[in-house]
Amino acid sequence: MSTGGTSNRVFNILEAQFIAPGIKRFVIEAPRTARKHQPGQFVIVRVHSRGERIPLTIESSDPARGVISLVVQSIGKTTSMLNSLQAGDSLLDLVGPLGRPSEIASFGTVVILCGGVGTAMAYPTAAALKRAGNRVISILGARRKDFLILEREMRAISDLLMITTEDGSCGSQGLVTDALQHLLASGTHVDLALAVGPLAMMKAVAAMTRPAAIRTIVSLNPIMIDGTGMCGGCRVLVGGESKFACVDGPEFDGHAVDFDRLMQRNSMYRAAEQTALAQWRESLESLEGSSRPRGPEPCREGSRS
Amino acid sequence: MNSTPSSPNPLPLRERMKLPRQTMPEQPPPDRVLNFSEVNLGYSPQLARQEARRCLECRKPACMDNCPLGVNVREFVRLIIASDFAAAAAKIRQDNVLPAITGRVCPQEDHCEGSCLMAKKVEPLGIGYLERFIADYELSQGLGPIAMAPPSGKKVAIVGSGPAGLSAAADLVQKGHQVRVFEALHELGGVLVYGIPEFRLPKQVIRQQLEVLRRMGVQFETDVVVGRTVTIDELMQEEAYDAVFVATGAGSPLFLNIPGEHLNGVYSANEFLTRINLMHAYEFPRYDQPLLDLRGQHVAVIGGGNTALDVIRSARRLGAEKAAVIYRRSQAEMPARAEEVRHARDEGIEFYLLAAPLEFLSDRHGWLRAARCVRMELGEPDASGRRRPLPLPGSEFELPLAVAVIAAGASANPVIQSTTPGLQTNRWGYIQADPATQRTSRKGVFAGGDIVTGSATVILAMAAGRRAARAMNDYLAGGTW
Repeated sequence: MSTGGTSNRVFNILEAQFIAPGIKRFVIEAPRTARKHQPGQFVIVRVHSRGERIPLTIESSDPARGVISLVVQSIGKTTSMLNSLQAGDSLLDLVGPLGRPSEIASFGTVVILCGGVGTAMAYPTAAALKRAGNRVISILGARRKDFLILEREMRAISDLLMITTEDGSCGSQGLVTDALQHLLASGTHVDLALAVGPLAMMKAVAAMTRPAAIRTIVSLNPIMIDGTGMCGGCRVLVGGESKFACVDGPEFDGHAVDFDRLMQRNSMYRAAEQTALAQWRESLESLEGSSRPRGPEPCREGSRS
Repeated sequence: MNSTPSSPNPLPLRERMKLPRQTMPEQPPPDRVLNFSEVNLGYSPQLARQEARRCLECRKPACMDNCPLGVNVREFVRLIIASDFAAAAAKIRQDNVLPAITGRVCPQEDHCEGSCLMAKKVEPLGIGYLERFIADYELSQGLGPIAMAPPSGKKVAIVGSGPAGLSAAADLVQKGHQVRVFEALHELGGVLVYGIPEFRLPKQVIRQQLEVLRRMGVQFETDVVVGRTVTIDELMQEEAYDAVFVATGAGSPLFLNIPGEHLNGVYSANEFLTRINLMHAYEFPRYDQPLLDLRGQHVAVIGGGNTALDVIRSARRLGAEKAAVIYRRSQAEMPARAEEVRHARDEGIEFYLLAAPLEFLSDRHGWLRAARCVRMELGEPDASGRRRPLPLPGSEFELPLAVAVIAAGASANPVIQSTTPGLQTNRWGYIQADPATQRTSRKGVFAGGDIVTGSATVILAMAAGRRAARAMNDYLAGGTW
């Protein structure tokens, strides 16, 4: 609640449904944000009055309806609490759109590499790139078949769509970088790569495109608080320079990003995050016994959570 | 000099200087380093009257001339002597809409108290303490009626709910304009809320001051980043605001640009304080946002301003075993309020003066383990008029640290400037505004506070808000630019 309790907007959840284990899609009333959203931008939300602020990429927006959609993967306490909300509930705070929009131009052939829930973040940019006349090749990676999301939507805006799963339950077995390697080895000319997913995946993509001199954009997910450039917590090293992901990003040149530093910084609060999640789970159990379904299963460390 | 006929003070002038300045009751240091409650406890009515009797009631009060808001100190002090606290409150409110805040955080030694005639021989009158006493009295009694002009039919948008924005909002709403304040964060108050810790300015005080504005009819909307969520042009063209006041604050934290600033354990002051003040990290896990566990750790802040002291005194309260200030000049040049420096020393804060970090050193896992520092000496005065610190060759030393916080000031946040065509900025990116009217290069758009001047103080931001309100009122009445 705001100091004195004035927030004149209510961020109602109109739709909420799980689209994969631990991954929920929300449609939320946020007319101001819906009007201004451009692909690549994000919002910061707060779920309860003692809650933290977390960034979430906007999956789509409908200015006429005054709604945006978010895709959320349960990882820590806040994302798990968020994913326990249903249609009819509301978010306490939602601010945005934040960050710079994706660069949309006619590049030629672009490859969109999506890891896990990163697909939801890449989708609006991929769709805009398609509309801008690019040939879009999408590579969707997931742990298992049931973690694949937005396959139909991505297929609709892709000239070619490839799927990789770690266990081979759908598409080819392996990682998105395996598919990329095949693509490059087959002689396909690529003008731009966009990678959105876990840091390790984006780092691997950048390592693969660097020798081929393929311009590579990555969408970063550092720890963030205000999202307006005020705190500097989200600073990342890009080409040796300090950049704030919230105002200078979240998209950066993947060949210039210091991924190792960012991975270390993202681990800064791991112990506290586990404490918060464990306490929340315990409080749920003690409050409601076993009658309430457990929060969705947490997935591996994802992209922007 | 004799006391003027209207003076209620029974003491002859020569007796007044003999009275010692009344000490502000405060939480003892050993207690207060264990909590975030306010350090200063406030004067009792007896202490306030006693202190007020020290006033020399100058015919030309320098204290008033040197107050950026022009608060009528002599008159409100006389009313305290007469025990008419409600009248004293009304007197202050004529010039200052946030007295409970300025009474706590204003650098009085640079303004009213610094120019007090007594300061030449003895300690100055405790004007800040007296202002706080009256403001707290007013809040405890409930505010009297406030004169409001009839509705003007004009709409004003204020961007930012910090001291500049709130001060302008109060003045404009009293003139009959419809005023809406937009705030980017989820709480109102700007730097008062995210920057200044509870032990110096309790959130409850800010809430009460906001409640006063709300009762006057000011509307607030949180979670709006003007420039992103809605632009200034959209506010004026589509939401029919007749004028806008941009009061977004200084914004972006500066770093030192030395190696190791990306290590785990290195914070900007803004992030460190935002986690604590806005997000209540000191109450983790009752609140969700964490901070690194400082218990038993060595923590240092780099900088010498109020922000630096807020950081390190917070670290002390969070259990830091060693809490140190590293400042490249000497104490005489420290921009922090004198009272904060004294409070910090009482709380066992160590000061590494004339020292600066050259590099933050990492352990094998990417966590901060130490700062490599160098001793400094003061050379010739630089552009700021302060003597320039120069490194002493061969004086390097290593300070083991788990957490380092950089409080090196701020630069202009570019969001509004870059999304408002035609809004002129200076070469540092701050918005250009007329010093007398706060007018910008865009018709109907005014700006004030840190986004115009760079990092300054609450009182200077409030004064800018007041100047803007006056000029906006003229503009709204006449419509000429």
